[in-house]
Amino acid sequence: MVMNNYRFQLGLKKVKSKGLLAKYTKYIIIGIVTGMANGLFGSGGGTIAVPAMVLLLDEEEHIAHATAISIILPLTVVSAYFYISNSYVDWSLTLKVILGGLLGGYLGAKLLNICPSHILRKIFAVFMIAAAVRMIF
Amino acid sequence: MLLFLIGLISGIISGMGIGGGTVLIPALVIFVHPDQHIAQSVNLLFFIPTAIIALIVHIKNKRVNFKISIPVAVFGLVGAYFGSKIAISLPGNSLRKYFGVFLLVLGFYEMIRKDKRNPQKKRVSSN
Repeated sequence: MVMNNYRFQLGLKKVKSKGLLAKYTKYIIIGIVTGMANGLFGSGGGTIAVPAMVLLLDEEEHIAHATAISIILPLTVVSAYFYISNSYVDWSLTLKVILGGLLGGYLGAKLLNICPSHILRKIFAVFMIAAAVRMIF
Repeated sequence: MLLFLIGLISGIISGMGIGGGTVLIPALVIFVHPDQHIAQSVNLLFFIPTAIIALIVHIKNKRVNFKISIPVAVFGLVGAYFGSKIAISLPGNSLRKYFGVFLLVLGFYEMIRKDKRNPQKKRVSSN
């Protein structure tokens, strides 16, 4: 009985440590891929991290969204530092875009309550593909 | 004015949680023709203030899972370091083409992904 119990506990420990290893492997993969995309393409971190957390870590979508921002913010600061220190920066262009973007972000959040985003998503995907083809060739 | 408009439209789309840099960067490259690195740095800088504001709201609403975000961000920093170094070492034309391939993959992914049809869940802009 005691022996059985001991074996049972040992088994449990094994499962636990295996789970932890699997979890950390997922953290490493999600982190490296998200960070690489963020640094290399200056974008796309959220597009990778959100579905990765939902699919690999079983996280709820809205938690994954908020968590993704907390992950990408420090990565973006590091990436931006390298871009700026290599003088890949145009402050006047950046400022004008940010001014428009802040107003747009506010309007977008308001619009979200009026029209659903799932149809827009598909339309947007078509634009993404068209822009991609234009950029490749 | 064109720059403001591009910012406005990208802002609307990212405010709806659909895209972010995936709108802003190609829009800039196609209509304003900056160097690819500059377009990417605009997006990185654009993300910082908007993310800080969004994050304050999310932390207040207890939506951030720090048990995940801290380890992932630590490994992410390694990725960001190498990603940025590679980007900087590449000529603008090649980087633009690689970005195009990346965008193509994301575009097809958006096409096939199943939507949960849950419009009441607010999505806040992500990079």
